Amino acid sequence: MKRSIATWMHKRPQVRLAALLAAPTLWLVVAYLGALGALLVTAFFTIDSFTGNVIAKFNLGNFHDMLTDPAYRNVVLRTLGIAISVTLICAIFAIPMAFFMAKIAKPKNQKILVALVLTPLWASYLVKIYAWRTMLEPRTGVMDWILGPIGIHSPGFGGPAIIIGLSYLWLPYMILPIYAGLERLPNSLLDASGDLGARNFYTFRRVILPLIFPSLVAGSMFTFSLTLGDYITAQIIGGKLQMLGNVVYQNFSINLPFAATIATIPVAIMAIYLWLVRRTGALASL
Amino acid sequence: MRNKRLFSQIAAASAVALILAGCSSSSHNASKTTLPKVDMMKSLGTGEGQVNIVAWAGYVENGSNDPKVNWVRDFEKATGCKVNVKTGSTSDDMVALMKTGEYDVVSASGDASLRLIYGGDVAPVNTALVPNYANIFAGLKNQPWNSVDGVAYGIPHGRGANLLAYRTDIVKPAPTSWGAVFDPNSPYKGKITAYDSPIYIADAALYLMKTQPDLGIKYPYALDQKQFDAAVALLKVQKPLIGEYWSDALKHIASLKSGGTVLGTTWQYNINASKADHVPVEGFKPVEGSTGWSDTWMVSSKAKHPNCAYLWMDHIVSPKANAAVAEWFGEAPSNAKACDLTSDKNFCTTYHAADEAYWKDVYYWNTATQACLDGRTDVKCVPYSEWVKAWSSLRNA
Repeated sequence: MKRSIATWMHKRPQVRLAALLAAPTLWLVVAYLGALGALLVTAFFTIDSFTGNVIAKFNLGNFHDMLTDPAYRNVVLRTLGIAISVTLICAIFAIPMAFFMAKIAKPKNQKILVALVLTPLWASYLVKIYAWRTMLEPRTGVMDWILGPIGIHSPGFGGPAIIIGLSYLWLPYMILPIYAGLERLPNSLLDASGDLGARNFYTFRRVILPLIFPSLVAGSMFTFSLTLGDYITAQIIGGKLQMLGNVVYQNFSINLPFAATIATIPVAIMAIYLWLVRRTGALASL
Repeated sequence: MRNKRLFSQIAAASAVALILAGCSSSSHNASKTTLPKVDMMKSLGTGEGQVNIVAWAGYVENGSNDPKVNWVRDFEKATGCKVNVKTGSTSDDMVALMKTGEYDVVSASGDASLRLIYGGDVAPVNTALVPNYANIFAGLKNQPWNSVDGVAYGIPHGRGANLLAYRTDIVKPAPTSWGAVFDPNSPYKGKITAYDSPIYIADAALYLMKTQPDLGIKYPYALDQKQFDAAVALLKVQKPLIGEYWSDALKHIASLKSGGTVLGTTWQYNINASKADHVPVEGFKPVEGSTGWSDTWMVSSKAKHPNCAYLWMDHIVSPKANAAVAEWFGEAPSNAKACDLTSDKNFCTTYHAADEAYWKDVYYWNTATQACLDGRTDVKCVPYSEWVKAWSSLRNA
């Protein structure tokens, strides 16, 4: 039976292709695009002001509220600022670390280092953020206890705490693509640059950086988009500060259409980001 | 109970609201505030084997927080209904959970109950099928937040006031007024907390009601635009003082313990939990009175386990369970007979279970509507949906 189906399929390449792609296509179209579509449509609905039931009647009220209230402009800018800071911090930490892993460490140690970079991903997200809560707790936290005597104090809960927490969380997502990029970079290029008289930093700037740029972009897409959508970190160590995700969380139970309207912002920001990245050509060489 | 006249005014105002809302389809919130017709259960069958409950933290204890605190086990043993509980952190959260239709029963506060009734999310309750209903304090039955036109939509659970908490070792002298959390020059700046929900606007309104009589606030859930703006402005003054807003009771308790929070609004439950952990903290009802809650067990209109739901409602207000919840959570029980079964014989006196005078300046959570709940007809009040927007705007500014 199995064999006869195989023979029948063998003669019909299109059926074969359809069978192969049916499941993933269904997943993409129904679960992913379907959800996005539902989100977009809901953003134009409104609610009954008393019962909170969604009323499926087209109106632009939500977008009007979102664009005219300066609070939401602030939260968008704040979230963007946090996402950019997290991405930059991750890049600054990840490049030397990935360089060491790919170019300096002995080959047999490389795999161990990769495994070590991945270990934080084994622990639950919540455990890690609650750990940061204990670390950053003003006056009684670990940070104040260890660094207090030399005059460094915890920034307390708020924007800086969110940036620290998220940079810590997403660092592996930045290290891995850069490591992969550096591994593909032939050592001979570095030697040649040195032979031609370039100093280390010059080699880094003119040879390494342009070649690992696509990897940096790949890593930044993780750190940037994960930060844009995060709300739990802000809830736990953000003090009274809120990010875009928190606005969605705050509204989805009471005013689902408005939450959907807010949720279109990160989608739009990511679309613009991807479009900019595409223009640099980094996507083509991934 | 607050005085009866106000309640009849509220009831009348709600009725007017419905009529007005029904007529004014031109308002930007096209309301359908007619009462959805939902059938009441006629007779009780046998349990379905399980029941899904949405409740406030501390209402459904199965021994996982404290092995000695368990009123779920007896219920499960007696009825064969396995209890699955989902804790809601705010009333809005609970309304959203009930709208999913996945849950059978909810412990709804007054700012959720009417929304659930008019949203068609809960069914009228046949009180004849809940034998313990007979012993509930008369003052809690058929109130504007748990009944419509004399039809009960739930079983009263208990009531309490939102208190002002402070760390006795840090906050000196002890505060007496809500003014402590609104003082721009507070020495505790950055260590003050507030409840993270639009309903907290009522706390600011209550403070203004007592301190700025010329604003003319009579009832903190009936605010015209001017009064509402004043309350929101007060919250804006308060914001720089706040370290963290809380809605997660456990996080709030941890914050009181670490000293990250030393002053702010709380529930008796959080005070009890902190004291059990030897945290030097005290909570009390300030001179202005306070906001509070009167909770009701309601059954979902889409309940998949209605029999177990009814059995649960009867169990949770039975004298023994009601006494246990009241003592664990720190609220006044609803069942008069529960007062004989509390481990602390003075419990009902301490919590003013039957002391109507105490509840006079406790303003139970209610859902603000465009028709003013205090009976004013010359102005429009700010409906709860606007409270939500103002709160969201305040939190994100």
